[in-house]
Amino acid sequence: MKAIQTKGISLKIDKFQLDNISLSIPSRKITSIVGPNGSGKSTLLKIISRLVTANDGTVYVQNKNAKNYKTKEFAKTIAMLPQSKDMLPNVTVRELISFGREPYKHFLSNRLNEEDEEIIDAAMKMTKTTKHENRLFYSLSGGEQQKVRIAMALAQKTDILLLDEPTTFLDIAHQYDLMELLQQINEKYNMTIIMVLHELQQAAAYSHYMIAMKHGNIIECGVPEKLLSTKFLHDVYEIDARILFEDGFPLIIPKTRRKQNDYCNEHN
Amino acid sequence: MTIQKRNLRRKYISIITPILFIVVTFYSLTYGPVSISLAEIWHVFFQDGESIHQKIIIDVRLPRVIIGILVGGCLAASGALLQGVMKNPLADPGIIGVSSGAGLAAIITMVLLPQYSFLLPIAAFIGALITSLAIYVLAWDRGTSPVKIILAGVAINALLGAVMNGIMVVYSERVQAVLPWLAGGLTGRGWFHLEFMAPYAIISIILSFFAIKPANLLLLGDDSAKLLGQKVEVQRFLLIILASLLAGVAVSVAGLVGFVGLVVPHIIRILVGDDYTFLLPFSIVSGAILVVFADTVARSWFDPIELPVGILLACLGAPFFLILLRKRRIL
Repeated sequence: MKAIQTKGISLKIDKFQLDNISLSIPSRKITSIVGPNGSGKSTLLKIISRLVTANDGTVYVQNKNAKNYKTKEFAKTIAMLPQSKDMLPNVTVRELISFGREPYKHFLSNRLNEEDEEIIDAAMKMTKTTKHENRLFYSLSGGEQQKVRIAMALAQKTDILLLDEPTTFLDIAHQYDLMELLQQINEKYNMTIIMVLHELQQAAAYSHYMIAMKHGNIIECGVPEKLLSTKFLHDVYEIDARILFEDGFPLIIPKTRRKQNDYCNEHN
Repeated sequence: MTIQKRNLRRKYISIITPILFIVVTFYSLTYGPVSISLAEIWHVFFQDGESIHQKIIIDVRLPRVIIGILVGGCLAASGALLQGVMKNPLADPGIIGVSSGAGLAAIITMVLLPQYSFLLPIAAFIGALITSLAIYVLAWDRGTSPVKIILAGVAINALLGAVMNGIMVVYSERVQAVLPWLAGGLTGRGWFHLEFMAPYAIISIILSFFAIKPANLLLLGDDSAKLLGQKVEVQRFLLIILASLLAGVAVSVAGLVGFVGLVVPHIIRILVGDDYTFLLPFSIVSGAILVVFADTVARSWFDPIELPVGILLACLGAPFFLILLRKRRIL
């Protein structure tokens, strides 16, 4: 089954245009959307999550037109970590994660039942944030805050998780920590994870499937090993570089215009 | 702020505010140009007190204290909700046009239609609501955002302010009557005003408790709230209308009492955190305490002059607010 399918998605905002996007995203896999700045990756994610409405086209979520989902039903199907670091309220980690149970609560009811508490506990355990549960959100480091936001999305108990540049602003250790966590979540819960990533190597290393976008169009889709090539880098990013795979992990080596030796000679 | 500190503060405030509320209420009933003892108040309420004291308490001070409680509570609740909805600590009822709308309606009633001046509370109330709605409609373009509403509010407030000033300049000889209302105060307010405002005030304060959950969710930001299955636009619209109702009913009776709606929720937020479960009730009670206390001071400390409460509130509260901001290194 496909987690997401889009047919003929188009959107025009000023000079920016998403042009007739049709794609399929596999279920229970990790999919990365990559591409240069301004290629429409985040906009596509927002259309899938219904934060932005497309001018044309249809999004199918688990084979059902996304428009036909009721608001809360949709929130029980897709969770998303938006890119914008909205100023979240300065509440405790546990209180923040418990917002994830909102789609399951009745109108105006604020109570958490036993099942809610168990799900929140499990989300904290999965993200290793249990030890911070009574700390205030803003007393945590950037990496820990991001894990808490993921825990909040996990508490939504959805089949699909969307993430918009989850590793931006994190140091390399926290970046890999987070990617490992997402991989574990995918394996443990069979969750479909779709994320926009800037770091191509990370995307290739942790994804089962990749989608490359440029100027509002899909350029290529496929498994990372087949997708990543010198031609791919040239077509999508307009750079000349070689790609080596080391234990399945891609290394991108740019062909710089000036060789390292020239630089050294100049400075000696 | 650590979590222990926050919880301790919530505990202290939940003990202190009810005590202060009772103390200030009785202080306001006993204190004034004629001092009346607590024993006498007991007599007035439960036995036959002296007729003059009975008159002062029942006809003058009691309605005024209750109006003060409702005005303070409504303004603080309105400010608390708006600061959340707008995601802006500087939001107050003025930002959604309550002050300018009510102000203009009041000036038109008192200056241009003085024969209908008894309708002033109703006119001010309607003026506040219409202006809030107009600002919301102007800010709408396939949805709203806090910034759009704030900008539309600034423009409308400037326009209405200019019209107000224009009327005051052209009819300068009639302005005297409206000045105390513009400064804000409870002078001469009695049962008539209370009967007018009480139903609206009580209903809107009760409704504000139903707003706790949506207000908390809007704190997450529009996108996150939508992703959690919330109808953000509907919630924001309802919260703004509620905030306008709360502030509108307060200014219709008390005039343009500023400061309470801005500073009380801000101070309470610093002390107890962002969660509206605590922020809203503490703000309401603190707003009530502040207005009743300020009104008592305004009418008795400077006897025979009675200061407008709005002026006194700013003089008392602004330095306190500044000290608090300094202490927390926000300023």
